[in-house]
Amino acid sequence: MVAAAFLEELVAGSDGFEVTVFGAEPHPAYDRIKLSSVLAGQCEPESLTMLDEDWYAAHGVTLRAGREVVAIDRERRMVRDCTGAETPYDVCVLATGSDPVVPPIDGTHRGGVHTFRTLRDVDDIIEAGQTSSSSVVIGGGLLGLEAAYGLRRRGVEVSVVHLMDRLMERQLDAVGARVLRGELERMGMRVVMPAETASILGNGRVEAIALRDGRVLDADLVVVACGIRPAAGLARDCGLTVGRGIVVDDQLRTSDPRVYAIGECTEHRGLVYGIVAPLNLQARVLAAHLRGDESAAFEGGIPATTLKVAGVHVFSAGAVEAEADDDLLTLEDTASGIYKRVLIQDQQLRGAILVGDLSTAPQITAVLAAGAHVNGNRLSLVAAPTGEPPQSVAEGLADDAVVCGCNGVTKASIVAAIRQQGCSTRAEVTRCTRAAGSCGSCGAIVDGLLAGCGVEATAAAAEPDLCACVPLGLHPLRDAVRERNLRSVQAVLEALGNGTGCAKCKIALSYHLDAWWCGDYEEDRSARFINDRVHANIQRDGTFSVVPRMFGGITTPAELRRIADVADRYAVPMVKVTGGQRLDLLGVRKEDLPSIWRDLGIVSGHAYAKAVRTVKTCVGSDFCRFGVGDSTALGIAFERMVWGLYTPHKLKSGVTGCPRNCAEVTVKDVGLVGIATGWEVYVGGAAGMSVRKGDLLSTVATPEEALRHVALFVQHYREEARYLERTYHYLQRVGVEAVRAATVDAPAEEQVALLARFALAKSRVREPWSTEGAAPRTPLQFGALPPTEPEERELIGHPTEPTPAYRSVEAMDRGAAMLATSGVGVG
Amino acid sequence: MISPGPTRVRLGALADLPRREGRAVTVGDERIAVFRCDGGVRAVSNACPHAGGPLADGVVAGDTVTCPLHMRVVDLCTGVVGDCAERVRVFDVVVEDGEVYLLRP
Repeated sequence: MVAAAFLEELVAGSDGFEVTVFGAEPHPAYDRIKLSSVLAGQCEPESLTMLDEDWYAAHGVTLRAGREVVAIDRERRMVRDCTGAETPYDVCVLATGSDPVVPPIDGTHRGGVHTFRTLRDVDDIIEAGQTSSSSVVIGGGLLGLEAAYGLRRRGVEVSVVHLMDRLMERQLDAVGARVLRGELERMGMRVVMPAETASILGNGRVEAIALRDGRVLDADLVVVACGIRPAAGLARDCGLTVGRGIVVDDQLRTSDPRVYAIGECTEHRGLVYGIVAPLNLQARVLAAHLRGDESAAFEGGIPATTLKVAGVHVFSAGAVEAEADDDLLTLEDTASGIYKRVLIQDQQLRGAILVGDLSTAPQITAVLAAGAHVNGNRLSLVAAPTGEPPQSVAEGLADDAVVCGCNGVTKASIVAAIRQQGCSTRAEVTRCTRAAGSCGSCGAIVDGLLAGCGVEATAAAAEPDLCACVPLGLHPLRDAVRERNLRSVQAVLEALGNGTGCAKCKIALSYHLDAWWCGDYEEDRSARFINDRVHANIQRDGTFSVVPRMFGGITTPAELRRIADVADRYAVPMVKVTGGQRLDLLGVRKEDLPSIWRDLGIVSGHAYAKAVRTVKTCVGSDFCRFGVGDSTALGIAFERMVWGLYTPHKLKSGVTGCPRNCAEVTVKDVGLVGIATGWEVYVGGAAGMSVRKGDLLSTVATPEEALRHVALFVQHYREEARYLERTYHYLQRVGVEAVRAATVDAPAEEQVALLARFALAKSRVREPWSTEGAAPRTPLQFGALPPTEPEERELIGHPTEPTPAYRSVEAMDRGAAMLATSGVGVG
Repeated sequence: MISPGPTRVRLGALADLPRREGRAVTVGDERIAVFRCDGGVRAVSNACPHAGGPLADGVVAGDTVTCPLHMRVVDLCTGVVGDCAERVRVFDVVVEDGEVYLLRP
């Protein structure tokens, strides 16, 4: 099933691949999570198919179901299937999954003994169950309990024999396992543990099983569900590195760079994953990697899984066993069969177990997705939303929170399906996105999102369109871009606009794509204003200005000397101290930019961009008699934290050490004022065409807290404001209360998510002067075509007839001579 | 048959023109902006009639370029400039074997 996720992702993002899929089983990939539902009689086997044959046909993907690959010849790059036929490859992706573990027990060959892994197994178990009076399931892990539940639902007596002293020991602690056991026994299942199976008795067919301690359990049906192991035989046979699974790196590459592996068959950083969410992430990463996204990487993470174990909802993430240093958040309701336990160490979420009530699972998932940092309202991880209507839980989720852990579906994708594709029921959402389609435990949240969108949809419709070329409001556009994974301006124009766009929307889209994808998009320099192509500010005569960054307005004699030397060496016509306390070199020729940057050896001040500009500071408490706060240190830290990020419009900031406000920070986009008890954070100030005093966003005690609030605001502004909307316009439009509620007063996990996106975007910033000065991004990025003398003109034959208008560049690339005829020069 | 006809001047290699971007080139004392539009290579005089802005540094969309100084939109096929009575001079261009040539009558 990970292979299906991979295929969908790969094909959706590009049509440039010729793909052949081999599978050992005689049907297309299906959803194994739901095998237990088939066993329980809750759904039909057909509904498990993830991509049907029509999908393969429609997308030009060749499906060879029932043709197991038996060998890979890596030297000749050929795979051989069981018919002996060979198929060549450029890239081979192994998604061979796992095999059931059958322990060395005497008698597993007897009739009536089954594994539980494939549709075929399920068919066999169902058939056997029809005549069975008592059955034994060996294994009290997830798989075994699912099999037991299915049999119980079919009216068969079931005993679960488990080796350990608690059920699902890999996901549950002792208390959680006890609560689960109580629920299972209430359904009429018998649990025998700790107990080791010695042998399976019978004459031809199973009649009973014998335990090591001498007990004998009658059984005419046995299901062996003792776990799975990566199916790595094929990989091992062709000489790939195999540990517990096929060893892959962060790009899912095996020891052969042309062979990749994803899913349960892999071993990544020493870990073998058996739950679907991280594996689906592997699928997405590999698809992106193969499409050429060099930044795509699978870095593992805390595995979280949402399960419906034998009808009981279970959520488990990260560590199971508490350590001495852990903060424990525990909630147990024995009458209702509810147990919740969260482990936190140094404000990091280490592990979480929920049994019986998963209402806080989305909050936990959101915290994990955002880097596991727990801040503030930690009780909401176990308590708050119990009984809360699903709509408000759903609304509280960050856009990128994973709602459906089984299929890795985010809130944003579900909302996009509701808004863009008109899904109006849970079933339709499931059809479009797969959310709630596997274990179904997130169904209530999907319902909540449906309810929430009924209201929000009208508000969204009132948003002005981005542009006539792309007739969508900002939020519907963002949802569609995320839903369809559009990562370049041209892709957005082609999918959602008129195909060509204009300067206005191309530049705006460049900004928004960068912000929405946290920098992980394909920057198209042709869709950038000239300033962002050459990293300098164009002047009225076509020359440029250069402003080196001086963090907090602090410089050194050495830097000043270099600036002076550069001004001399390149005959810079004017050197000016700017309003933001920086030095501006004006009148620089475009072709001199790279060497000037090199000679300066200082990073870009981004004075040319709609981006984080300067943080202006006063002298502060180090030198000033009145200063109460260290404004220079905080100004430098502020500027270092945010520099390099694009913003909807320029973002000017300041930090001043006392309310005398020498740095004039109350008329900055973001301003910090030192007061005796800490710092005030102002946002939305302006002193340009409009003059506006900033709104007080918050008052905090420490510089660290001030920086955190700045980061929250900057990221919120980056995500929510329209391109070219200054903070003061944005604050006027939405009001400081709304901004406060979405940033410094937002629920802890939203803040964590916002900060995580901020950090992610910041981590992807590339300093332009030091990188592109030495290695230009585009041909002649800083130059012109070499001058030509008119004498070099040559006489050519007169075209015999006028050639119609223009042809495509592609045709020209083929070397065909074409005439461009329609231009008539007007002096 | 070779007959007296237009002459051509080599402007540069097509490979030096990134897709949907422009580059400046000087032919004698004439400043020209060459663009690689989706529909083909275009060339116009590299000065916006409004205030002399360097059109080669503009943003290309379809067969238009937007001047970087004051956002006037120039039609690269006709030379018509939005909000401006004057037109910009348009040159004929031909691409052959990966080289871009300017045609002169």
